[in-house]
Amino acid sequence: MPPELATATPGNAPDSPASTGASEGSGTSLLTRLRSWETLIAFLIVVACIVGSQLSGEFLTTDSITTTTFDMIEVALMALPLTLVIVAAEIDLSIASVLGLSSAVMGKLWNAGLPIEAIFPICLAVGIACGAFNGFLVTRLGLPSLAVTIGTMGLFRGLAFVVLGDQSVTSFPATWTDRAFGVIGGGDGWIPNVLILFAVLAVLFGVLLHYTPFGRTVFAVGANEEAARFSGVRVKRTRMLLFVMSGFVSSLAGIEMTLRQSTASADIGTGFELTVVAAVVLGGVSIFGGRGRLGGVVLALILLGAIQKALTLAPNVSSYWIQIVDGVLLVGSVLVPNLVTRLREYRAHAGTRTRALRPARAELTTIGPRHKEEEE
Amino acid sequence: MSVTTTEIPVLALAGASKSFGAVHALREATLELRAGEVHALMGENGAGKSTLVKMLAGVYRPDEGTVKVDGAAVAFHGPLDARDAGVAIIYQEPTLFPDLSVAENVFMGRQPLASGRRIDRKAMHDQVNELFARLGVELDAERPVRGLSIADQQIVEIAKALSFEARVLIMDEPTAALSGAEVDRLFGVVRTLRERGAALMFISHRLEEVFAICDTVTVMRDGAVTFDGPLAGLTSDDLVRQMVGRDLDALFPKETASVGSQVLKVERLTREGVFTDISFEVRAGEIVALAGLVGAGRSEVARAIFGIDRWDGGSVELLGRPIHNGRPNAAMRAGIGFVPEDRRQQGLVMDLSIARNATMTRTRALAHLGIIRAASERALATEWGTRLQLKYHRLDDPVGRLSGGNQQKVVLAKWLATQPRLLIVDEPTRGIDVGTKAEVHRLISQLAGEGLAVLMISSELPEVLGMADRVLVMHEGRLTGHFTRAEADEERIVRAMSGQTQEVAT
Repeated sequence: MPPELATATPGNAPDSPASTGASEGSGTSLLTRLRSWETLIAFLIVVACIVGSQLSGEFLTTDSITTTTFDMIEVALMALPLTLVIVAAEIDLSIASVLGLSSAVMGKLWNAGLPIEAIFPICLAVGIACGAFNGFLVTRLGLPSLAVTIGTMGLFRGLAFVVLGDQSVTSFPATWTDRAFGVIGGGDGWIPNVLILFAVLAVLFGVLLHYTPFGRTVFAVGANEEAARFSGVRVKRTRMLLFVMSGFVSSLAGIEMTLRQSTASADIGTGFELTVVAAVVLGGVSIFGGRGRLGGVVLALILLGAIQKALTLAPNVSSYWIQIVDGVLLVGSVLVPNLVTRLREYRAHAGTRTRALRPARAELTTIGPRHKEEEE
Repeated sequence: MSVTTTEIPVLALAGASKSFGAVHALREATLELRAGEVHALMGENGAGKSTLVKMLAGVYRPDEGTVKVDGAAVAFHGPLDARDAGVAIIYQEPTLFPDLSVAENVFMGRQPLASGRRIDRKAMHDQVNELFARLGVELDAERPVRGLSIADQQIVEIAKALSFEARVLIMDEPTAALSGAEVDRLFGVVRTLRERGAALMFISHRLEEVFAICDTVTVMRDGAVTFDGPLAGLTSDDLVRQMVGRDLDALFPKETASVGSQVLKVERLTREGVFTDISFEVRAGEIVALAGLVGAGRSEVARAIFGIDRWDGGSVELLGRPIHNGRPNAAMRAGIGFVPEDRRQQGLVMDLSIARNATMTRTRALAHLGIIRAASERALATEWGTRLQLKYHRLDDPVGRLSGGNQQKVVLAKWLATQPRLLIVDEPTRGIDVGTKAEVHRLISQLAGEGLAVLMISSELPEVLGMADRVLVMHEGRLTGHFTRAEADEERIVRAMSGQTQEVAT
């Protein structure tokens, strides 16, 4: 898995190693912060690996890479388009429901006797339609994506149950389920096929976000929609495409999960959306939009996988701890950058700050400049 | 310098200075407001009036100098301190809660309470009615604010200020949105307050209003006070000279350009309730200025031409081809560049780097096989940075770190890189220091000389007079004046701006 996607792509001018692909978000201070954020995640991965290997001899084995991949793959796939969605200052909480709907449609059509090769494009089309529906509500009707996708989260999941009911379909052809569950090189190999799928998509989305005109518009829309519009950026089209991508990849993850588990049902993947959002935010993507790097999200996915594995292997540790640690990481990843910023501001102002609290009346002194940097 | 030097001013600024980065918004300003006096504050846009007001309101603190209340130096830590000291500001756009009643707005957050901490509505309404009686106006204290005219809302704001026992009332362009009768009523209230011993400050661009109501005047220019004294004995010309105070030709290096063929043709353009029946043309090599008061609809016309807002009627043609309604992207491809009014919100994405901002309009052209190379992005940004003499540290720095003038150069670079045929600039030099201002003027003039058609919106009359080949004037959404460079003078434009003449010629 490429930890730093961006550096593996063209655009590295020889004379500017420090600045290539670096201008996401903004310049030096933020850049260093983003960089150091990714370094921090990488460091935490190392810590998790050390702790994990102390807890269990099984941790640092190829087998645990295989199993962790299977634990994380759907979340990882859906995190890729969601990174772009969040950079554009939107959110899509309907992803796990699209995954479920895709699985339900797959089961229904398979029961109806359609060939599996014909079912795949239909499922993907369903995903695209779901994304387009979200996009329509957000861009054409101007509704906030948080509200829209909370609504469609229920809507799509409900549709999944309408389509398939509470039954499960299990008789999928072995050629395909083996592909989804298989590893490269057959029995002795340890790199799962689906990891390759993820790597390819990660590179595609990484290039799309960081090295294409579309990616530039995603950042601009996320950082300041109005300025983007005043620059001739087609804001609505950008958003629409992002939701469609999100729906497409979610339905792809639905197909993948159904095949991998050889089971189609309407309730698979329930609750995945929160883990996906957590991974993206932990990866250093600003929940307010305009900032973030896909490489950071990939690192965050690795970290989440490592922690989960370590906790499952540890003796006498309840599996509920996984949720607790995930939660702490999510809150921490929002809190820490905030605290750092505040600390910096405090330090910068500490020298001139002479009063403790705002007095009720004006005091009879002259005091230095107030730190309200603003232009007329 | 003032009328009654013996008396201690209620509120004063002494040698106050304020800078924002490299921009000196206010330089050693001195001002004294006395009880029973109406004081006018005049100056062009960008002269430093609003910085001065914000200092008196406790929003800003002076870098140097002091704010004095009753002759004693104080430090306002925020607007609440200023309010506690008896200073109230009435802004042009009142900020009231539309769904609450008039009385509730006046007593927001400190309603009189009856037993059990219930709000005592009766006491509240009685007190508000008493305030209105003191002001000599009739307003229903129990009705909701929604539906009140701007003028009535201002009265509510004034009542609110009085309920705080304000001794100093600062009114920031209160008459800009009022009709003649409403202005008369406001002036009645102002006179009542003056007689009751309040100190009032009145900011206005309208000379006749200043002469009608004010006793003393302070004129500002480029952040400094150029005149401070009694109004008696002064003429409008004196005030204008103090406000402008410089040789126009020296500051505005206007190149004579040969005017070419028609580039932009706007015909009967209408957006309901915003502007009506706007027709004009801009030719290659020509700078056409669109003048008018704030809110006259100038920026809205520009936004409609560029496709930010839709228009309801009429048409726009560029080089003889119709422009799509409501599509900025199409306008851009057709050859229109738009430097918007609000640089920080509309012109730039402040968090993104200089390079990203400067190349934002050209990402498609920069991409090779769909991939943008950072090197080509930087090359384009560097090219325009050099041509516009942009002062920056690193291209990867966020654009917000540049000074206002340099930010504006990035916006210009962004649009010039698209090689537009028409450049619309909305308040191109607002909030920019004098040096860079001249550079921007020279650049615009030079571009026109090279055959670019320029539509310039400006609230600064010297800029309009110094730069434009033709001047169009708007008032309340309509064109009320059309002058050639030779015909245009301050008086004619100001008259058209206030809607006094219908001088649409040619």
